[in-house]
Parts: sequence; structure tokens; C-alpha cells
Amino acid sequence: MLSKRIIPCLDVRDGRTTKGVRFKDNVDIGDPVAMARFYYEEGADEIVFYDITASHERRGIMIDVVRRVAETIFIPFSVGGGIRTLEDMREVLLAGAEKVSINSAAVRHPDLIAQGAEAFGSQCVVLGMDVKRVRPSAAIRSGYEVVINGGRTPMGIDALEWALRAVKLGAGEICLNSIDADGTQEGYETNLTSLISGQVRIPVIASGGAGKPEHLRDVLTAGRADAALIASMVHYGSYPISEIKSYLSRCGIRVRQSW
Amino acid sequence: MIAIIDYKAGNLTSVARAVTYLGFTCAVTNDIQTIRRAQRIIFPGVGAAGAAMNSLKQLGLDEVLVEQAAAGKPILGICIGTQVIMHHSAENDTRCLGLVPGRVVAFPAGLAGENGRPLKIPHMGWNRIQIQTDHPFLAGIRPEDEFYFVHSYYPIPDDPACVLATTDYGLSFTAVIGQDNLVATQFHLEKSGRPGLRMLTNFCIWKPSA
Repeated sequence: MLSKRIIPCLDVRDGRTTKGVRFKDNVDIGDPVAMARFYYEEGADEIVFYDITASHERRGIMIDVVRRVAETIFIPFSVGGGIRTLEDMREVLLAGAEKVSINSAAVRHPDLIAQGAEAFGSQCVVLGMDVKRVRPSAAIRSGYEVVINGGRTPMGIDALEWALRAVKLGAGEICLNSIDADGTQEGYETNLTSLISGQVRIPVIASGGAGKPEHLRDVLTAGRADAALIASMVHYGSYPISEIKSYLSRCGIRVRQSW
Repeated sequence: MIAIIDYKAGNLTSVARAVTYLGFTCAVTNDIQTIRRAQRIIFPGVGAAGAAMNSLKQLGLDEVLVEQAAAGKPILGICIGTQVIMHHSAENDTRCLGLVPGRVVAFPAGLAGENGRPLKIPHMGWNRIQIQTDHPFLAGIRPEDEFYFVHSYYPIPDDPACVLATTDYGLSFTAVIGQDNLVATQFHLEKSGRPGLRMLTNFCIWKPSA
């Protein structure tokens, strides 16, 4: 039986982590390579890097970060943010990431999913989805709409239909982010997660809203998520990963506890 | 020197990085002379069995691997590497290297988990192994250790004595194979944290007994 995965997410801008204040004694605050190593040693099952570098010219800095992370941690990690082409995907994978996450570009050009799966294998291709709750309509029957550009542009596409289409195109995994829950620290969008995860045959990572261990418990059980993304609650120091895992284990959720 | 076989089957750098991190010297190579000179061989890979076998044949590496296995050199297979050492794979109906008698089959449809819900395929993520046969390759591995899997097919060796460890995912399948100078894991030990690195170290210092 698979363990549920706990995945810290690091936002990286111009080679520095943009959140992260718990590392005073251990590592250089904000160095994504050192933070990745810290989380690796603390029991993270996987790590997600999200590149929010504004300009395309500075993407080389991120590739260098990926290369250095790959020399330091020996668990899977993925990279997303600003991936537009097959060549962008190749660059990230060759630098040492296991997986690459595509979001807006996949909505604009769904074929990118198929091309990525064909070139690198489905297991490398993570579909990032930003989703917003809306009033159900003929076009958006599930009541969840796909938005892109970091949540700014609604696309008039039903989230469930998009997820099912992406699976057919060859996506290997879905990272499902709720725009409504994101940043609230009040819990994941469990209904959304359960709706998507119950319908697709690939793993779903829940994202957005984690504030305490109970939120992970809920999304990994009622929400049927295969993995949970966490950011603030570990970066700002309230909860070490090992403690979150002990809690989940006490709740009867199978997590990896030996590392 | 440890030769990591480069046959264009996915990202091989992660294995090289892990071996280097552990302090051993390695080369990612498809050069036959380098492979013959190496003290050990790692045979990794992601992708599909059919494509992997085609690349091996094109590069002339299929015969070298058979030759080196027969010569008694320690060989480690990883993931697709572990499937391609069998006789036959149901993936693309592929005739494989035949270093270990047995076949490779797909997870059947309709497997259910403990909660009765359908299990997702590929089997992707962290899972435990149950050691069936003691082996130096598994020294220091504890029952609670977990390993990172990504696969839709799994090997079935003919000889149960080759099964060093199994894993449960709707059914029990072979996760670690050992036969003479050859060991192989269905999971990615280079991506399995400390227990995986321990196993990789075990391989790097392993002396198969005559």
C-alpha cells in the first residue's frame, strides 16, 4: 500500500526562496538548495519548486538551482512555473528534476501534455491546475472553473472536464490548487479534491489552504488526495514535517516515517 | 569504476549523482570497452521496455550485458533495467535480455485497495518491501523503510529463490531480485532517501560469493 506523500513547496524568485523564516540556525535563510536539503532530512517525501522569476532571461538561475538540488537530495522533486515549451521541460529534467509541472501553457496548448508524455514519459508530466469555485452553469457543471496566469484569468473551462482530458492526453499526475483556499491557512478545498481525485486514475496532489495537520488529515481521507502540498505551515515554523507525519499516523493514515 | 549504462532511456544523471555522492567513481557510458573495464555495472532506466531493448540492440549493449553477467561482474538493475533483464515483457510484447528466467506483466485492471476503492496505476509513490531472502544487498534495511516506485509493469521470476523482497499493491509482486552476481530493484533506490542510498552502497561494496 502506498504512503500518502507530504510535499513542501518552495517559491523561488531569481534563485532565492521567497518565503521561509524557520531556518535561522540551520541554513542560509532563503537558499532553496539548503532549504530542500533541510526538508529532505526532515522527512519530506518529495519537493516542489515553483519558479516565479519574472523574466525569461533569468531562467538560467533556476536551472542552476535545480542542478544543485539534484546533487543534494535523493528523493523526487518537481519544478514548475513559466514552463511553456517542450524545450523548457527538457531543460528542467536534464538538470535533474524528476517531474515538470505545466499549468497555463497546457491550458493554452493542451498538446504540450501529449508531447511531454511522449518525449519524457507520463511520469514526468504533472498538470498544475488553478481552480476557482463558481456558480454551476451549462459550461461549468461541476461549479469549479479553471483559471490561469496565477489565478487572474478565468478560462470558462470546467475543472473536472479539463482534468479528465489531461489524463487522456498523458498527464501523469495532477497538482490541484484551490484559488479560494490558497493562502487562507483554513483548510484545503476538500470537495474539489475529492471530486477530481475520485474521477481520475492518476494521483492527485491537493494544494492550497494548509494551516494545521488536521487539514492534511481531512484532504487525505475525505478529500481522497494521494499527496498534500504544504508551504506556510512549514516555512513559518509552526509544524516540523516529522510532527505532521506523526499526527497523520496516529489518525490511521499511512505515511513514510523512516528516512 | 562503476559503469552506468547509457542507452538513452531517460534521465540517468540521478543515479550517477547518487553514486558520486556516496564517494564512488562512476561513468555514464555506452562505450563497450569502458563497460568491460568497469568493476561494476549499473543498468538503470525509465520508459518502455520495447524502446529500451531497441536502444540496447542499436548500441550493441545487449550482448555486452549478457557477456558481462556471465563473466560474474556485479550488476545492478533499476526499474526498467530490472524488467529488461527478464526473458520477456508484456509491454510492447518485448523479448528481453533473459539474464533472469521469468517474465514481466502489467498490473491487472480492477485492483482495489484496503478501503475498496480502485487503485491507481501506475503504482507511483512510496511503499515498503518485505524481505523474503537475506542478502548482503539488503543489509541494514528495516521493515519500516520505504522506497520510491513508478511503474505499471512488474517482474515475475520463474525461480522463487531469486525473489529477495516483495511489495504489496493490490497484490504482492517482486520488488527486489537477486541471482548470482546480479541484483535488481523495481523501485528507484537513487530516489529513495537514506534506505535507498544504503542499498546502493551495499551494491557498490558487494562481493558476490563464488
